[in-house]
Amino acid sequence: MAHRLNVLVCSGASCISNDSLKVKEAMLAEIDRLGLNKEIKVIETGCMGPCQLGPVILVYPDETLYKKVQVEDVREIVEQHFLKGRPVERLMYKSPLTDELVHKSSEVDYFQKQVKIVLANCGNIDPESIEEYIAVGGYEALGKAVTEMTPDTVLNEIKISGLRGRGGGGFPTHMKWMFTKNEKSDEKYVICNADEGDPGAFMDRSVIEGDPHTLIEGMAIAGYVVGASKGYVYVRAEYPLAIERLQKAISQAKDVGFLGEKIFQSDFSFDLEVRVGAGAFVCGEETALIHSIEGKRGTPRPRPPYPSASGVWGKPTVLNNVETYANVRHIILNGGAWMAKIGTETSKGTKVFALSGTIKNTGLAEVPMGTTIRELIYDIGGGAPEGHEIKAVQLGGPSGGCVTPEYFDTPIDYESLTQLGAMMGSGGVIAMDETACMVNTAKFFLDFTCFESCGKCTPCRVGLKQMYGLLDKITKGEGEEGDIEALEKLGNTIKTTALCGLGQTAPNPVLSTIKYFRHEYEEHIHDKKCRALVCKDLISYEIDAEKCKACTLCAQKCPVDAIRGQRGVIHVIEQEKCVSCGSCYDVCPFGAVQRLSGEN
Amino acid sequence: MKNLEELRKLREKAQKEIQLRSKDAKIKVVVGMGTSGIAAGAREVLKAFITEINQKNLTDVMVTQTGEKGMSSMEPIVEIHEEKKPVIIYGDMNPSKVKKVVEEHIVNGKVVEDYLISMEEK
Amino acid sequence: MEALKIHIPDNEQYRELGAYIESVRNMPGPLINVLHRAQGIFGYLPMEVQTFISRELDIPLSTVYGVVTFYNFFSMTPRGKYVVNICMGTACYVKGASKIVDIFKDELGIGEGETTEDNLFTLTTARCFGACGLAPVLMVNEDVYGHVDRKKVVEIIKKYRTLG
Repeated sequence: MAHRLNVLVCSGASCISNDSLKVKEAMLAEIDRLGLNKEIKVIETGCMGPCQLGPVILVYPDETLYKKVQVEDVREIVEQHFLKGRPVERLMYKSPLTDELVHKSSEVDYFQKQVKIVLANCGNIDPESIEEYIAVGGYEALGKAVTEMTPDTVLNEIKISGLRGRGGGGFPTHMKWMFTKNEKSDEKYVICNADEGDPGAFMDRSVIEGDPHTLIEGMAIAGYVVGASKGYVYVRAEYPLAIERLQKAISQAKDVGFLGEKIFQSDFSFDLEVRVGAGAFVCGEETALIHSIEGKRGTPRPRPPYPSASGVWGKPTVLNNVETYANVRHIILNGGAWMAKIGTETSKGTKVFALSGTIKNTGLAEVPMGTTIRELIYDIGGGAPEGHEIKAVQLGGPSGGCVTPEYFDTPIDYESLTQLGAMMGSGGVIAMDETACMVNTAKFFLDFTCFESCGKCTPCRVGLKQMYGLLDKITKGEGEEGDIEALEKLGNTIKTTALCGLGQTAPNPVLSTIKYFRHEYEEHIHDKKCRALVCKDLISYEIDAEKCKACTLCAQKCPVDAIRGQRGVIHVIEQEKCVSCGSCYDVCPFGAVQRLSGEN
Repeated sequence: MKNLEELRKLREKAQKEIQLRSKDAKIKVVVGMGTSGIAAGAREVLKAFITEINQKNLTDVMVTQTGEKGMSSMEPIVEIHEEKKPVIIYGDMNPSKVKKVVEEHIVNGKVVEDYLISMEEK
Repeated sequence: MEALKIHIPDNEQYRELGAYIESVRNMPGPLINVLHRAQGIFGYLPMEVQTFISRELDIPLSTVYGVVTFYNFFSMTPRGKYVVNICMGTACYVKGASKIVDIFKDELGIGEGETTEDNLFTLTTARCFGACGLAPVLMVNEDVYGHVDRKKVVEIIKKYRTLG
C-alpha cells in the first residue's frame, strides 16, 4: 500500500554526527504513538547535500525541507505537519540563491489563494514609467478596442464577463455603460470614483499609486463604448502620492497619444483630468461626487435621474470606481468568458480586500469571488496574533456590518454578504478580537457617519445623532431598558428613509452588532459591564496585593493622586478619586494592576 | 500612436530597452514606494541603497521603484532581481539592513536569510 | 454686505492666486481647484481671500463660503507651517490613535484644531489615509508616518522643529 507521506531522514556522515539517527528514532516513536504507521514511511537516505544545515529531513510529496531538526522538534513536526498538514515554518529551509529546493512564494498560502488581476502590475512595474507598462502589454486593450472592435462588441464582452461595480453596490457594469451609451447628447462623460473614504480600505490608492495607466486605459475604453470624449478622476486629497503619479501618467499617455485626439487614428478622442476632493466622505456617493467635480458643496440629490441620464454638467455620465476600471483591460485582452469562469454564479472575477485590525498579515489580498471569509482571514491574513482569537470581522466599513465566526465559511459574493447584514462595500476587512468592544465599535462608526453626514436629509442628520446619543449613553453605563429596541427602530427607519446610499447604510454597523452581539449590549445596560474592558466608565482598577512590589511607579504616574502607599507599603487605589485613565495599568512592571468590569 | 502594429513595435522596443538596461545592470534592486512603503521608511531605504552602491562603486547595479505588493505589514519591501536566479524579496528593511544586503547579497551573492520574506521563481 | 467692503491688498500672494485663476478661467467648475491653490498660497482661507475669489470668478460670496465650510480640508483659521494630521480610521482607532492625539496635545501644549504660538504646528485629525497596514498612522503635511508611538512622536516633533 502506498504511503501518504514519505519522510526522508538524511543519514549522511555530517547529519549522523548531528544526531540524525536519534531524530529518526524519535520520529518513528511519535508516528507509532499517533497510529500513523500505515500512512507514513520513514526512510534513511544518503547525503542530501546541505550538510551545514543538518540534520536535514525531506518530506514527500510536498517537498518540505526541514533543517537543523533536533529530537525536541520531532513531536511538533509529526503532530503539526504529518497529522494536521501544517508544515512547521520555523524549521523550514529557506535556501540561498542556487538551491533547487526553495520556500517558493507561490507555495505560500498568502500568495497561493490569491489571483492577481487588478493588482497584477502593482509592485511589479515602475508606476512612473509608461515604457514598463507598455512592456507588459499596456494599452494593447485600448488599441484592440478602438481599432478592431465596435462599442457594441466591447460592451458585449463586458456583459459576458459579468463584471459588477467594485465600489460597493455591485451594479452590473455593462448596464451602466449601456444606459449612458443609449442617451443622445452632444457630450458625455466618464468619471472614476477614487474618493476611497471608507476607513480601512486602501486598494484604490494602491492601484493608482502602483499602476496608474491601468486606470487610464480602462476609462478610455469606457469612453469609447459610451461615446464620451472627456473623463474625470475624482481623487481624495488625502492621497497626494496617488494624485502625483496619476497626473504624471496622464501626461505620459498624452505624449504617446493614448489620450488626446484621434486615438489609434480612429475617430475616438478622449481626454482625462484629475479633480482633487477636499475631505468629505459623502463625496463617495455618486451624485455628491458629481456636485463636487462641478465645484459645489458635495451634497447628494435624489435619483432618478441617474447620472447615466444626467450627470456632470447635466450630461450623460458613466461613473465607476478604480477597481472596476482596472478590470476592463483584462476583459478586452482575454475575453469576457475568461473572467466569467472566475468566481461564483452571481459574482464574477476577483475582489481586492484590505486586511487590517488584529490580524497577522495586514495588507491587500486579491481573491476570486467565492473565497470564504475564513480563507481570507486565516489562510491569507494568518489569523489573529498568538494568544488572541478573532471574534468578528467588520466588512464594508461604515456602510457594512460585522460577521461572526459561525459564518466564516460563507463564500464572499455580493448577495451572501448582504444577507449576513454586512456588505462587500469597497472591501475593507477589519478583524477584531476579544479586546474589541462591539458597542464601542458601533459607536465609533456612528461617530464617523454623524460627523460626515452632509446634513441635507433629516433621517441622516438627526436620526444618526440620536442613535449616537443612545450608544454614548450605553457605553457610559447609563443605558436603560428599551435602548436596544430604540436603536433598532431608529436604525430601520433611517435605512428606509435616508436620501442617499450613505445614510441608508449608516445604521448597519449598529444593527449588525445588535444582531450578533446583543449580549454585549445587554451586559453594558444591565450589568454595567464591558467584557472587552474598553468602555472607560465601566472599568475599575484594583491593585493585586500579592503581585504589588510597592515600587510607587503607579502612584507617581497617577494624574489625580488616587493611589495610596509608599515604598515598602502595598498600594491601594482610592476608587472615589480614580478617573479610570489606565496610566497605572500601563506602567506597572509586575502586572499587579487589574482591570475589572461589572464585578460589583 | 497610429495602430496596434506601432504599439507592438513600441512594446518590443520598451522590452528591449528594459532588458538592455538590466543587461548593463546585472542586479536590479526594486524598492516598493507606495504610501505604505514610504510611511514605513522606503525613501530612506532607497537612499541608503543609492549611497551604499555609489560608495562601493558598483556600476552594474541599478535601483528602481515600484508600487505596493499588498504586504503592508512587511514594508519597506525590497526585491533583488538577478538573471537566471529567483527574485529575492526582503521585508521590514531599514538603512542598516540595506548595508548588510549590499555587502553580503549584492557584493558576495549570499542571500541574507534573516530579512528574507520569500523567493519568486521567474 | 460687510464682506464686499473688504479691500484686497495688491501683493505677491494675490498676484499668484490671480494668475492661477486666469489659467483656469475657461475650465468648467474651477472653484474647488482655486480654493486648493489659495489655501496652498495663504495657508488658510480668510474672508478676504474668499471675497477675492468670489469677485474674480464671479461666483456669489455665499456660494464660496458654503463650499469652504462644507469640506473638512478647507480652513478659515491660520494653520501652522506643519499640519499634523492624525488618522482616526478604524484600524488606527483600534491600534490606539486617540492615545497618539493625547501625546501630541501634551508635547505641543495645544488642543485639536489649534496652532502653536510659534505658528509651526497645527494639530488635526482625519478619517483614514488608507495606510491601515501601518496603523497608527499620521501625516505631517504630505509625509506619512506609520507605526507611531510616543518615541516616534517626540522624534517627529524634533525633526520639524529643527527644519524650522
